[in-house]
Amino acid sequence: MIEDLTWGGIAVGVAARLLPVWAAMAVIFAVSIVARRRLGLYGKLFDSKVGMIGFGIVLFWVLTALFADLIVTHDALSQISRMRNVAPGTALPSPDGRYPHYLLGGDSLARDVFSRMVMGAREVLKIAPAATLFAFMIGITLGLPAGYFGGRLDTGLTFLANLVLAFPVILLFYLLVTPEIVQAGIPTAMAAVLFLMPIVFLTLLLNARYFMQPVRRAVYIGAVMVVGLWMYAGLAFNADPLGVWGMSPNLLNVFVAVVFVNTPTVFRIVRGLTLDIQSRDYVAAAQTRGEGSWYIMLWEILPNARGPLIVDFCLRIGYTTILLGTLGFFGLGVSPESPDWGSTINDGRRLLTVYPHAALVPALSLMSLVLGLNLLADGLREESLRD
Amino acid sequence: MTRFLIRRAGTLMLTALALTFIVFYLTNMDARLETLAKTQGSARMSDAEVTSWLARNGYDRPLLERYGEWLGVVPGWVDTDAGGAMRGRCVALVDTAADAPRFCGIAQGYWGHSTRFNEAVGTVIATRLGATGWLMLWVMIVMVPSALTVGVLAGMREGSRTDRVLSTGAIVTTATPEYVSGVIFIAVFASSTVGLSPLLREWGWLDSPVLFQGNARSAMDQITVWNFTLPVMTIALYGMGYIARMTRASMAEVMTRQYIRTARLKGASFASIVLKHALRNALIAPFTVIMLQFPWLLNGVVIVEVLFSYPGFGWTLVEAAGNNDIELLLACAVVAVVVVLLTQLISDIGYVWLNPRIRIG
Repeated sequence: MIEDLTWGGIAVGVAARLLPVWAAMAVIFAVSIVARRRLGLYGKLFDSKVGMIGFGIVLFWVLTALFADLIVTHDALSQISRMRNVAPGTALPSPDGRYPHYLLGGDSLARDVFSRMVMGAREVLKIAPAATLFAFMIGITLGLPAGYFGGRLDTGLTFLANLVLAFPVILLFYLLVTPEIVQAGIPTAMAAVLFLMPIVFLTLLLNARYFMQPVRRAVYIGAVMVVGLWMYAGLAFNADPLGVWGMSPNLLNVFVAVVFVNTPTVFRIVRGLTLDIQSRDYVAAAQTRGEGSWYIMLWEILPNARGPLIVDFCLRIGYTTILLGTLGFFGLGVSPESPDWGSTINDGRRLLTVYPHAALVPALSLMSLVLGLNLLADGLREESLRD
Repeated sequence: MTRFLIRRAGTLMLTALALTFIVFYLTNMDARLETLAKTQGSARMSDAEVTSWLARNGYDRPLLERYGEWLGVVPGWVDTDAGGAMRGRCVALVDTAADAPRFCGIAQGYWGHSTRFNEAVGTVIATRLGATGWLMLWVMIVMVPSALTVGVLAGMREGSRTDRVLSTGAIVTTATPEYVSGVIFIAVFASSTVGLSPLLREWGWLDSPVLFQGNARSAMDQITVWNFTLPVMTIALYGMGYIARMTRASMAEVMTRQYIRTARLKGASFASIVLKHALRNALIAPFTVIMLQFPWLLNGVVIVEVLFSYPGFGWTLVEAAGNNDIELLLACAVVAVVVVLLTQLISDIGYVWLNPRIRIG
């Protein structure tokens, strides 16, 4: 019979399991600090304490998600009898070569809380940054022309954006993230429109840049088209001929809903920045030179709006993480078994007053990741304002 | 100003129309109606029975027609059943079928019937909004003064130790969504086996089993510190950080202005500079933020009401959505959009009122 662990033992056990993460973090930090003068904005991050702490926390979770397979002590979905709701550090009744303890206790279905937390990091970090990136590409593609051209296009798009923003997020999720909606094919239709935007964005970007170099332009745009449409077929329609890209219908539904909720805010930010930058002299100079509208928008205005956009990108990943958690909290997540943090908090809250560890562990994980992203955004803002 | 108000009212109407139509469309999809029929009738209905149930209750007609009925611009459906008695949307409202009005929709002040609570939607919404109103009131009483105090204290000496501590605290609260802080609060304060309560009982400082209650249902009858502290704290905490950061930024900016330097040079005390010269100018920006925070609070309210089982507006919204209660959901959507757009309007007007340099035509 193996002894249960004390709190000190648990801390040592968890730290030991996370060894790959510590090692990778040490290497990345050492290299970055040494080479920080040559790394631009990223390097400057290491001059600010807040930015460094934020980056550290985010890096911790990214590496945890990356090395999740090495870190987990048990399978995140399998149950071990007699381990239901056990306290952190409880020893397994019969280890048989498995890891001998439930480091952070067991949940109401006798699964290992620690392993679920680690796999949950992977679930969250698989969706949140990608969804944010999509929202940004769509928001930029629509926000630039709305701000630059103004007029009817602007009025129409702004009305649509305000319409989505007036929707209570939770009502929208309840209406959009359900099996009935998946059956009706609405997520696929929305994905068909939304996922086309990044391809449009990249094509416009390259077309404007290499307009005078037809050969290069053809090569770059051709490459974007081939890769983009390949991913598009896989992600939006689950019809990738090679089977590399694909999303389950539920995942697609969640992804589309989150992108849809985030896009209007990005649109408003980009539109506001465009309106501001448009009156600068270098835009007038480009117009006098006879540059095309899209060249001015994408290669004159956008690069000069990057500071606020990068900061907002960090904040928005955190916000998306909170949204994903909200979805899970209302039981609208990817699947009921999924170890993502929101769903785990939802599972754990029923027995919260008796066995709080099952809900507290994912809750604190989510909080720390969002906190890290907020601190990182703060550090970036400070450093980008400095020059 | 009048033109501005009329234009805003027009936008509000248009947004509400578009929004309710989207909700109407999404709740009236075939699969949703089938679920509704099965929850209202019996779970084991055959497809034919579902179709006849939908026909009997007026769900089988074109979507636009029924949306018009709900708005009150299309006459309500009327039908005679096998026994020869009249049935219809408006018939259920009156005692004798012959008296039934032709139109019954929101234009006539009838918000429909809630299938989940089996009550008029108007009554349900009114009582639930009342309950949420109390919650919001206490949240505002707790959140606004403390957020402003934190923001002003942090912003009046930018970069000081107080500033750093308070700013970090503000960042931490904005990183803690309601479902996280709520869970932590319940575990720490409302559990009889872990957290603070058993400790306090051991020391003999506490008579009740827990310090605060983790279930706010009893607050419907009487609001006490015991049952209302945790929900109020949970909502207030998340919004507080954001308002505090805005106040801090605004305060820090004002403190660098010329007139503050002048006040300093003429020998005014620091307290008088902060309270008399800086405070009012620093509060313009946070005012807008506080108003725009309302729609955000709505979100927090839903989570907190579900977590603490407090049957207010948010809890009703989740119940309605979970049971596909079409007319109740539509009413919830209308309430939400009105709250969002009204707060935008008030924040715009308030901004102008506080800041005479801005004029709207």
